[in-house]
Amino acid sequence: MQSKLGLDFEKVEYARSLARGIAEDVQAFVEQYTTVAVERTLSRLMGIDGVDENAVPLPNVVVDYLKDKGILQEGVLFFLANTMIRTGLCPQDIAEKVAKGELDITEVVTRDQKQIAEVLQPVIDSSMERIRQRRERREHYLNTIGEGPKPYLYIIVATGNIYEDVVQAQAGARQGADVIAVIRTTGQSLLDYVPYGATTEGFGGTFATQENFRIMRKALDEVGEEQGRYIRLCNYCSGLCMPEIAIMGAFEGLDVMLNDALYGILFRDINMQRTLVDQYMSRIINGFAGVIINTGEDNYLTTADAYEEAHTVLASDLINEQLALLAGLKEEQMGLGHAFEMDPMLKDGFLLELAQAQMTREIFPKATLKYMPPTKFMTGNIFRGHIQDALFNMIGIWTHQGIQLLGMPTEAIHTPFMSDRYLSIENAKYIFNNMSSIGEEMEFREGGICRRRAAEVLGNTIRLLEEITKEGLFTALEKGIFGDVKRPKNGGKGLQGVTLKGENYLNPFVELMKGKR
Amino acid sequence: MSEGLYSMEAKDFDKTLDLKKIKPYGDTMNDGKVQLSFTLPVPCGAEAIEAAKQLLKQMGLENPSVVYYKELTPGFTFFNCYGSCTHTVNYESIYVPKVESTTLSMPDTDQFIREHFGRKIVIVGASTGTDAHTVGIDAIMNMKGYAGHYGLERYDMIDAYNLGSQVPNEEFIAKGVELHADALLISQTVTQKDVHIKNLTNFIELMEAEGLRDKMICCCGGARITHELAQELGFDAGFGMNTYADDVASFIVQEMDKRGMK
Repeated sequence: MQSKLGLDFEKVEYARSLARGIAEDVQAFVEQYTTVAVERTLSRLMGIDGVDENAVPLPNVVVDYLKDKGILQEGVLFFLANTMIRTGLCPQDIAEKVAKGELDITEVVTRDQKQIAEVLQPVIDSSMERIRQRRERREHYLNTIGEGPKPYLYIIVATGNIYEDVVQAQAGARQGADVIAVIRTTGQSLLDYVPYGATTEGFGGTFATQENFRIMRKALDEVGEEQGRYIRLCNYCSGLCMPEIAIMGAFEGLDVMLNDALYGILFRDINMQRTLVDQYMSRIINGFAGVIINTGEDNYLTTADAYEEAHTVLASDLINEQLALLAGLKEEQMGLGHAFEMDPMLKDGFLLELAQAQMTREIFPKATLKYMPPTKFMTGNIFRGHIQDALFNMIGIWTHQGIQLLGMPTEAIHTPFMSDRYLSIENAKYIFNNMSSIGEEMEFREGGICRRRAAEVLGNTIRLLEEITKEGLFTALEKGIFGDVKRPKNGGKGLQGVTLKGENYLNPFVELMKGKR
Repeated sequence: MSEGLYSMEAKDFDKTLDLKKIKPYGDTMNDGKVQLSFTLPVPCGAEAIEAAKQLLKQMGLENPSVVYYKELTPGFTFFNCYGSCTHTVNYESIYVPKVESTTLSMPDTDQFIREHFGRKIVIVGASTGTDAHTVGIDAIMNMKGYAGHYGLERYDMIDAYNLGSQVPNEEFIAKGVELHADALLISQTVTQKDVHIKNLTNFIELMEAEGLRDKMICCCGGARITHELAQELGFDAGFGMNTYADDVASFIVQEMDKRGMK
């Protein structure tokens, strides 16, 4: 590909090779461990669902049971298989009996891998088939009713009540939205379980539950058929339940998942070992389910300065890309994140934003890039905010972004009104149509501001990646390299849920999902 | 362009400014012009427009005019409207409690601390409760600050600890005690269903229960926080929109001095 910015692709490849080394280093760590969230995910893949009489999800009941006995390192599948062989019960019945205190699942009758694999096989097949059918359903829609052009218009709903969210989401889809993200209630990322059932109460968002996923999927299929355009559903594989949310999304046909390797560490103070192990399993599932993951680099720039710290975004994008490849995600499924976040008072800020967006496009040509609107400098002046969003939209169409997270004029005031979404969608559609071919028409002057900016950011990225290569990602995070946020390796939330794998540990889904795609 | 082309309304009202009876200003004193937009949960049509106009009248807006409308989705219609406000406000009788301190520059604040306390003061901040947003506390505390106002971390004479977001109030207070905090700052961004009020009230209750309330300066901040609200909830000060680290630091050091804290 010819770079419009005169990017040196040898340098890009060098940066990528550094990121690969960093990711492989992390991967060597990750593969030795499992977490309570990963084991709960495997419980769900065994068909375990529902809650006990105290509303504790059954996957938590089973995993906590093993953890309390100090034997979680062997993994939930090992004990479920043994109990299935011994009792002839199915996993759901086993979980229900554990919840009632009627069954001990620690008794080991066999360590024979073949025998264990045999008893698990039918359940594994049925779960894999369930996900495969969901994926095929999406593909069928895309082949029949089709989808909107890129950049996809992404809007959020956040009423706290899933039924009200449905009204907002369908309205947004009718106005032209392609992706509906249901923002989670504040605080959900720190829950070490996923709530059960339909929910109508939330703060700043709606609980992610499997039932809520199902309700919204159905609503979007309805409006998609009506509009003749497939509408994607987005939620958040982040926090302490990354892989669990992934499997629920895979079962219920979600299309897009926020699924960053580092975001939880930096912005939710979740322990880095926990998140890195969890992200691997969650991304394997998302890869197999055909889900586009979104990464959260854009958020670095809400805490750090968007002009000075632009290279941290590119460095993180490169690391996120390599970690995703290791989990078997295709490049097309990578919604690597970046943002339009510079101080609007910066001279020629538009050109600098344009340079960075074009640079990101050229460095990740196949990725479904996620481009985030201004948030930090949205002031409550809704009129100026609407113009900031317009400038952002111009760059989105100009540089062929994949998913355009629409800015709202009322950002920083309230979660969007129905009319805010309408104004934002109208803004984007107007600009995307009116400036449709600008990227093909315009070139960047040699030696000009944009070319110089792109080269500068790439150069700084390489220096940063070299530094991280020397120290390793864990140390880099401890030093606060991303988003100016420092996190200790043994600090943060969720570390007690991380366990070194034992000798009988098994998780056949890793190979199945990565291989059979 | 002659103004009459657009403005067909009579302007036979009193055009002198009376601070005892102020009303909105469009392009003529006392014209009362207001612009607003809203959505009604009804289908688009003549009845919807009439409903919008009647609503404007009930809000006290004369000559209501719907300049734009659009059905957002079946059963919901959006309006852009104008009208002339009939209500007035007595500006002269207004009293608003404000943070009573002089905003000092960063070097002056550092100097103030050296002269009055002769030691570094300790300020601990966080976004407490379930609030996951760090944007507010970062703007006040981070080295870089916000909009050209350096954050508390940059002050020579302030030891600033930013604990981040989603810190439980109990943990936050315990950390404050451990660090010998002179002042505690709470940022609240999410205000849906008044979740911030409940959290801030909970904080003050905990401080009082622990007997710590008078030992530390307590401030809260956020886009929807006002000084008046903060005081009502039992805080020493509240910092809303357009206030920065220097406002917060200046208040804290002067309040500490006023209370004779050493």
